[in-house]
Amino acid sequence: MTPLADLVRAHPFFAGLPAGMVDLVAGCGANVAYPAGGYVFREGRPADRFFLVRHGRVSLETFLPGRGPRVFQTLGPGEVVGASWLVEPHVWSWDARALDTVRAVAFDAVCLRGKCDADPTLGYALMKRFVPILVARLQEARMQALDLYGRAS
Amino acid sequence: MTAPPLPLTVREVVDETAEASTIVLDDERGGLAEPVPGQFNMLYPFAVGEAAISLSAFDAGRLTHTVRAVGPVSEALRRLEPGAQVGVRGPFGRGWPMRRARGRDVVLVAGGIGLAPLRPAIHAVLAEREAFGRVLILYGARSPADRLFIAELESWDARDDVDLAVTVDYADGGWRGRVGFVTALLPHIRFDPDHTIAMMCGPEAMMRAVASKLTARGVPASDVHLSMERNMKCAVGTCGHCQFGPLFVCKDGPVFTFAEIEQLLAVREI
Amino acid sequence: MDVGAAYRVPATELNVLVAALDDAGYAVWGPTIRNEAVVVDRLDDAGSLPHGRRTVQAGGRYRLDATGDARVFACVHGADSWKRLLHPPKVRLWRCTRDADGALDFAGDEPPEARPMAFFGVRGCDLAAIRRLDDVFDRAAAPDPVYEARRNGLFVVAVECAEPGGTCFCASMGTGPQVERGFDWRLTELDDADGHRFLVGAGSALGAELLAPLALAPATAADETARRRQGEGAVMGRALDTAGLGEALVARRESGYFEQVAERCLGCTNCTMVCPTCFCTTVEDTSDLAGTTAEQHRLWDSCFTLGFSYVNGGTVREGGPARYRQWLLHKLATWWDQFDACGCVGCGRCITWCPVGIDITAEAAALRAEPVP
Repeated sequence: MTPLADLVRAHPFFAGLPAGMVDLVAGCGANVAYPAGGYVFREGRPADRFFLVRHGRVSLETFLPGRGPRVFQTLGPGEVVGASWLVEPHVWSWDARALDTVRAVAFDAVCLRGKCDADPTLGYALMKRFVPILVARLQEARMQALDLYGRAS
Repeated sequence: MTAPPLPLTVREVVDETAEASTIVLDDERGGLAEPVPGQFNMLYPFAVGEAAISLSAFDAGRLTHTVRAVGPVSEALRRLEPGAQVGVRGPFGRGWPMRRARGRDVVLVAGGIGLAPLRPAIHAVLAEREAFGRVLILYGARSPADRLFIAELESWDARDDVDLAVTVDYADGGWRGRVGFVTALLPHIRFDPDHTIAMMCGPEAMMRAVASKLTARGVPASDVHLSMERNMKCAVGTCGHCQFGPLFVCKDGPVFTFAEIEQLLAVREI
Repeated sequence: MDVGAAYRVPATELNVLVAALDDAGYAVWGPTIRNEAVVVDRLDDAGSLPHGRRTVQAGGRYRLDATGDARVFACVHGADSWKRLLHPPKVRLWRCTRDADGALDFAGDEPPEARPMAFFGVRGCDLAAIRRLDDVFDRAAAPDPVYEARRNGLFVVAVECAEPGGTCFCASMGTGPQVERGFDWRLTELDDADGHRFLVGAGSALGAELLAPLALAPATAADETARRRQGEGAVMGRALDTAGLGEALVARRESGYFEQVAERCLGCTNCTMVCPTCFCTTVEDTSDLAGTTAEQHRLWDSCFTLGFSYVNGGTVREGGPARYRQWLLHKLATWWDQFDACGCVGCGRCITWCPVGIDITAEAAALRAEPVP
């Protein structure tokens, strides 16, 4: 048992994952850290990982010419960052920046996609965990787009 | 209708955001009945008209209202100067369930201007903090500059007996806080669904989403409270404008339980 | 209180009753004919009542015909109802003055007539409508000085309908054509072999007190029989099945049927204006050019207008179907939740005065027949 397998086993995102799958997943993982203000990933670059945040907060943002960076989501400890690794062309849609010192577990996308291709039950187990998060984020994004609160300041 | 408005003097007007202001009126002579959290007054700036404005705070002799400028009456209220007088009728409406909340966890969810009618409930809870369980305040605003009561938010944040989470729909690079819709805050708060009173105010679509998520988490619909808004003219249940199905928002509400209105909320154009 | 002993008054002496009310200090109002329609106006003499006329009413149609006799209550009502006198179409609520320092001073509404009112000739439907309006103001969050000033001391002379109108359905609503309570005097007009006469009975202590000094002849057993036969013989223009109606309509509130009605409905608000129970109002704020005096008036309003449900930069009930649904369901369903009674008294005015003849009894029945969505 590596310490990473312990992290995976304990993390709510992987709750209920069978022991064998825990090891498979942990095998693709690595501890990473980012200083406050540093980029976790950049728009347009290859989306080769996804992250489980353990400490600190990450902001998802994009840069609007003439208006500067616009943040539309912050994610914190316990949350998953990164969905573009799941879909072609595997390129990041946004910038992700560490708001504080961020410590996370990064899971290599090529490694994990390969293991899911080899064992579809692992793939399904991961999809069942990812999809509710993505659906919730879609719902929240739509609510934000409705612009319910009134005129801007 | 009721008796004519009572003239009260403006003590101060504070701009909270580009479109919202707080107006403090002097009622030292106690001309109006003591309000309860969640009630509203009808305010009349001379010659313009009346509008229903939430009481966002009150204490001995002072009535505080926070208004969002959406028409001629609210615009006129924002332009009032200290010393001017304004006609006041009220207080009206069924307020927040403060008695039922005692001994329970209290979850307060505000969206935009919705923090205004919730603030008196927060004040009442904090004034007797030990009478309540966990206190969780969730506040969603459009952007950092659109937050109400910023200094007070900071004082609530500083308390360790209150869990405050503020989020904005979007922010520029300088914002260090949370960004995302207010419903995203719900999975991260801890409360006992069997012993919780939830109170919320904000855009109707937001309240529908929050109420659904709370009941999905096990809070009974009769313990989830929403403050509704409809067109009001008389505020006493005789002009008919505020009807929401069989309910008069002015006198049966504006606070309703989700159990009372869940079905109505789903009917378009009711 | 049960109706007291009945008296009989020859038709030629009907004015004895009007004069008695005038002597007792009442401003008497009653039906009369103006511009070929029945309206409510000050009644100085029984001679102003609508002699020898009957109304011919249908969806979107109103005419007066001659009866060929001298009956005064053969016609039913017109577009006007007693609502106008208790709940005025326009009334000043208050006046406000502002002085040089910006201080405001508010003064209450204009005083109503000095004399209390007597309504002479209130049909069963309109009698029930007055009770409906009482409920609205009784259950408000604050008393209404405008309604109270006009309602307090009101003397009601009900009249039973011998000939219900073409759009009437009071029998379905339990409000007529005959009445047993809720009035001070009750009149029944009889015109048969025994002559043209009125039966009058007291329904209150005050009514009995005002009748006593008139020393009227008592009604006979034959009179009572004639009255009963008149009630049994009254033919209604319409009928409405009210059993479980409220629940049936609420269950169908999302029915596509409302789109069909909305294709005909012009949103003209006639129905709400002529309805004796519609109570919705709005306020109008005005001021003088100098900016020193302002007033607030209350005016009748209608849920059919787009501005009625305006909030948050838009109208909640934007579409015609939603607005028709609001009126129909309020009248026949949610009024029960609010006031423990049906909001409709079966007077038929909304059918008669709708320019396209939309018939509330037909629409309710049609909706009931629709599947629950």
